[in-house]
Amino acid sequence: MNEQALLGLADDELVLGWRDSEWTGIAPLLEEDVAFSSIAQNEIGHARAVYELLAGPDGNADALAFDRNPDEYRCAPLVELHLLEWAHTIARRWLYEVADEIRITALMDDSDPAVAGLAAKIDREEAYHRMHAEMWHERLRDEPRFQKAVEELWPYALGVLPAELRGALVSRVGLSEVEAIERGTHTDELAPLWEEMTMVRRSAPAGAQW
Amino acid sequence: MNEHPVWEVFRKEKRGAAFEHAGSVVAPDADFAEAWAREQYGRRGESVALWLVPRGAIRDVEDWADEFDLKYRRVDGYSIKARLKEARERAGTAGAG
Repeated sequence: MNEQALLGLADDELVLGWRDSEWTGIAPLLEEDVAFSSIAQNEIGHARAVYELLAGPDGNADALAFDRNPDEYRCAPLVELHLLEWAHTIARRWLYEVADEIRITALMDDSDPAVAGLAAKIDREEAYHRMHAEMWHERLRDEPRFQKAVEELWPYALGVLPAELRGALVSRVGLSEVEAIERGTHTDELAPLWEEMTMVRRSAPAGAQW
Repeated sequence: MNEHPVWEVFRKEKRGAAFEHAGSVVAPDADFAEAWAREQYGRRGESVALWLVPRGAIRDVEDWADEFDLKYRRVDGYSIKARLKEARERAGTAGAG
């Protein structure tokens, strides 16, 4: 597994964790609010673990997470989208979890034992996220609003995975393969997110301890 | 998703412990109840097992007829304090003598 791909995984988890956290306090159901916020936090925890692996024992995971410019992030456009509607938000969560499962499963066979080990650890927590996403998918899949959201997000979802893993996503989701909105490009929505996400970090003098 | 049933949540803190009532979740079906109860009562290691019970499945018992004041049937219906004190004094006297 090359570093750029791992950085893509970490950036996906950080940015999606950030986006999903935007629902804290305003999710449509109280119980779901708690669950959704907790999943968002887990994703940020996964990002942190991957940044730490990439930074190495003497490196700085925070610097990797927050000190790059928006165009240096490797996240997929899917996770950047500022979604203000629950059908799209839960459709993205489901599409992302299906894609992420394919990616993490592949990583568990990585030749680097540190990468494979971390993937297995992430996978154990993701099992719960998948159960949550599948539960929503099961309930909403016949709803036109949800179906429309899935179709709109589908080209973005394909962009989460490298070309060789997309076949598995196509068969799991049941939509035909279309032109993907590829990683490496960014939506206009990343820059404002980055502004907010790195605001505190940028405001502090270098070397500040928290 | 309105007017969902309430699911009472019981949790077991450690192996061998008894289940205790922890609280409740409002959820449309057992799967949602499980997902949300896991989140609120289990995922930070505070429980080793949960029971989820739809509130409607619980038989509520709270009317107690005690018209004849039969408290003498209860073990705490008698005070043995005074008798115990007497017995201790006798034993103490016997020990000294």
